[in-house]
Amino acid sequence: MTAVYDDLGDEETGDIPVRRIKFTINGKKKIAEIEPRLLLSHLIRRGAGLTGTHMGCDTTNCGACTVLVDGRPIKSCTMLAVQVDGHEVQTVEGLASASELHPLQEGFRQEHGLQCGFCTPGMMMAAKGLLDRNPDPTEEDIRWALSGNLCRCTGYQNIVKSVLWAAEKMRGETA
Amino acid sequence: MYPSRFRYEAPRSLDEAIGLLHNGGDYAKVLAGGQSLVPMMKLRFASPDLLVDINNVPGLSYVTAAPDGSLHIGALTRHADLEWSPVLRDTQPTMAAAAPMIADPLVRNRGTLVGSLCHADPQGDWAAVMTALGGSVVAQGPSGRRTIPLASFVTGPFETALEHDEIAVEAIVPAATGTRAGGYLKLERRVGDFATCGVAIALEISGALELADGAPSGVGTVSRAGIALTGVGGSTINAADAAALLVGHPLTAELIGEAAERAAAAAQPRSDHRGSAAYKRHMVRTFTARILGSSLPARTEEAA
Repeated sequence: MTAVYDDLGDEETGDIPVRRIKFTINGKKKIAEIEPRLLLSHLIRRGAGLTGTHMGCDTTNCGACTVLVDGRPIKSCTMLAVQVDGHEVQTVEGLASASELHPLQEGFRQEHGLQCGFCTPGMMMAAKGLLDRNPDPTEEDIRWALSGNLCRCTGYQNIVKSVLWAAEKMRGETA
Repeated sequence: MYPSRFRYEAPRSLDEAIGLLHNGGDYAKVLAGGQSLVPMMKLRFASPDLLVDINNVPGLSYVTAAPDGSLHIGALTRHADLEWSPVLRDTQPTMAAAAPMIADPLVRNRGTLVGSLCHADPQGDWAAVMTALGGSVVAQGPSGRRTIPLASFVTGPFETALEHDEIAVEAIVPAATGTRAGGYLKLERRVGDFATCGVAIALEISGALELADGAPSGVGTVSRAGIALTGVGGSTINAADAAALLVGHPLTAELIGEAAERAAAAAQPRSDHRGSAAYKRHMVRTFTARILGSSLPARTEEAA
């Protein structure tokens, strides 16, 4: 990735620490040269160009930037990009296959699980973390798993229904 | 928001990590879960020159019951690991109650118990839990390991007894001599908010018959008690007076009421946007009575 740094005047270009990392994003192997202070959310959006991961609050509150790292949902604004060296990242772009939506995406469409859509990628990734661990969640399980993700439009009812819809569909397919 | 520039090191062993800290200059920080440190660095409340990321150090993620009955929690054990731990669920009611209340599910996937103790935020939940349990922290430095009781580990808000070249490698909960009871209750405006108030209670009951579900029947006497409060003072409050009242007695409604009064008296709440001082004090009283009441004689009647 190309990076343009602020010239603070008191540093030589060689003073700026840059590290080379290898990681996997949505199944694709990548190498990046980054400053260690780069946040994972920015590596994903600016470095990898995957803008489906949204930056909401940038203060570890809202969960819009949720992605999976080694299968666990985390807030990508609160992890340094350099820490995914050797690890696997999955973003909302990794859900759908070329021809088909992921059941979670379909569920959000069927159950009208979004209005403005800003929180949706984070909701889906947090929900994926839940369904991978617990394919048959109760409504309470879903509310619990999504309690770190804020939505300011829907009142959450339809989001919960969307995840229930996806869980049913996924169980049906594997049965 | 970006942290200011720092040198980043990701050592592969504890010795290497300690060496980096030892030679690391004026201001080095250890990065474990980063769920408090990274936000503080983004806000530039913390601007370390050197960040020593211990996530690649093997062998630091475990929840282990030792043969002597003590419980050991590694520096990279995430809150979520504790939330799902059968060991906690079966043997540590206070910790098992607290684990799902830490921050939110996403933060729990990264943040660590030991890191939370090292962060030493007066609002931290684990500090109250570990204080109630009489826990300690094991620090490793160039000259070896030492065990620091939590009461002397936290020296002030965001300050600990760790030397600049020491790493907290595990937390220890001492073995129980009786049957464990207790819990953790927290009032928060929404998930992930700091506690309006929290109460951690760790009891050991001797001579109690266990019910089928493992809960104490309430016929025994309290052989050890710890009560600690979150968010109602400038630091974690050890309500030792309230706890001392319980030791040597079977729990009765009257005793519970008195202990709840003493816990409320130990609180030093301030009125703020989360509630008035009187309200917070009232909640400490209520939570104390609720935890004591729910784990003891009332359960006998329910179960019978």
